[in-house]
Amino acid sequence: MNNIDLASVDWARAQFALTAIYHWLFVPLTLGLAVIMGIMETIYYRTGKEFWKEASVFWQRLFGINFAMGVATGIILEFEFGTNWSNYSWFVGDIFGAPLAVEGIVAFFMESTFVAVMFFGWQKVSRGFHLTATWLSGLGATFSAWWILVANSWMQYPVGCQFNPDTMRNEMTSFADVALSPFAIDKFCHTVTSSWIVGAVFVVAVSCYFLLKKKHEELAKKSIHIAAMVGLAASLLALYTGDESAYKVAQVQPMKLAAMEALYNGSESQGLTVIAAVNPFAQPDYANEEEAPLKLEVPCMLSVLATRTVDGYVPGINDLINGYTDEKTGRTELPLSEKIERGQKAIAALQAYRKDPQANAGLADEIAANMPYFGYGFVRSAEEIVPYVPICFYAFRVMVGLGSLFLLFFAVLLFLTLRKDIAGMKWLHWAGIAMLPLAYVCSESGWIVAEMGRQPWTIQDMLPTWASVSNIASAEVMTTFFIFLALFTGLLVVEVSIMCKQIKNY
Amino acid sequence: MSLIGRIVNFYVEGFRGMTIGRTLWAVIIVKLIIIFLILKLLFFPNFIGEHADEGGEAEFVFEQVVGNRE
Repeated sequence: MNNIDLASVDWARAQFALTAIYHWLFVPLTLGLAVIMGIMETIYYRTGKEFWKEASVFWQRLFGINFAMGVATGIILEFEFGTNWSNYSWFVGDIFGAPLAVEGIVAFFMESTFVAVMFFGWQKVSRGFHLTATWLSGLGATFSAWWILVANSWMQYPVGCQFNPDTMRNEMTSFADVALSPFAIDKFCHTVTSSWIVGAVFVVAVSCYFLLKKKHEELAKKSIHIAAMVGLAASLLALYTGDESAYKVAQVQPMKLAAMEALYNGSESQGLTVIAAVNPFAQPDYANEEEAPLKLEVPCMLSVLATRTVDGYVPGINDLINGYTDEKTGRTELPLSEKIERGQKAIAALQAYRKDPQANAGLADEIAANMPYFGYGFVRSAEEIVPYVPICFYAFRVMVGLGSLFLLFFAVLLFLTLRKDIAGMKWLHWAGIAMLPLAYVCSESGWIVAEMGRQPWTIQDMLPTWASVSNIASAEVMTTFFIFLALFTGLLVVEVSIMCKQIKNY
Repeated sequence: MSLIGRIVNFYVEGFRGMTIGRTLWAVIIVKLIIIFLILKLLFFPNFIGEHADEGGEAEFVFEQVVGNRE
């Protein structure tokens, strides 16, 4: 590898994380509000009551503000690929490009067409056509999310591709394998259902504000009722899809699972850690500690989640470094030393092949055979392949903890809206408003677990971050990081103020 | 009116009738100008396009990733 400034790796990662976190403030609300306003408009279509039309228009206006503010924030990520992550961008080739291209086309045509009908068409098209446009706007946004998540899932679990040593790119061998990767399906289902929770919490929070201010009480109460149903259903679905996602992670990214659980040494009948005193500011001494201190766990539960058996073996960080064979399933994990050896073989074969491709044509097979371990050829020590445990551990608990809180909250809320008049329950109104920032924290935490747990890889096992980044000065990346910080902060202030003004003046 | 005329009219009237939409479009346009005319042009060049010869991108990436590796 050329003399890449390692600080630029950190700044490029920080910049990408900042941009992605900012972008993800808008996406879940778009996906979630789309469902709720679609339900409201469906009720209007079926009953013909003007109340439901007004309710739909109100929530569509807030949807529009969020949608407009989120426009183009994702494009910045693509700029960063081309400038900061050029080695990675080239290396992934058309596999990453194809889903993103489909997403761009679908997003542009589907959303621009149907969103326009949704906003401009109330007096101009039939109720049925308008309702169709509303649902298709949401479906278009969800379909866009699908392709983005397909691209992301390929980085977590690269399938349907073959590395071409002549072009230095991974080339797609099966579009179906990439687009319908089981990892992508689970990720999509979990991401979308958890986004519905964000939408439901948003509707509850705004409605609770109205109830506190004693404004639009009918709109608020009926909106809360619908949001509680959507939120409860979404929470149950997110619980199921989250479990499926975790199971997939256990199969294809066991190091991520070990970091999420702060599991240093694995065992059969492994317990699920509820909480432990993991130092939040330092990587634990996993090589010498038996387990995280003050650990409180649910017996056997991690084995159930990761292997679907009570006595299944779940490897810890040290097992994944030293290698292991599970006697029951026959699953074998090579020791790191062997993975490094195979990665170095792939690199050496690639170097020889590229010097004289015709004379060394036979080396193409050796490259292909060792390509799944290519990234390990850049690894020099075990520490480099272990994700930062404290962030993975706590972000996972924040996500699961808040997800459980929302499940309880929506169940209570639905019960209350069915049995009582909630207009006078101030404690409930304040609780509903307090849930809103927590919903965003929960949603962002999910991404932090997914992406921090993938470290150090940009493409799992095939390319580490330090081989993916462009050879640029860290000062350049640092400069754009702070420009983005200022820009995103400014835009967020504008968005929140426009949104708040609309809600206050309604 | 033809179908195309009706579609154009639909959008024109829609944009004319906007209230909050005008503010949103102003924000979107400012944002797009910042993103495409300032950030993209000044801060986000295509790194490989700038540093590699045309047709030599693969060799460039090879050198960057593993070429001079010890």
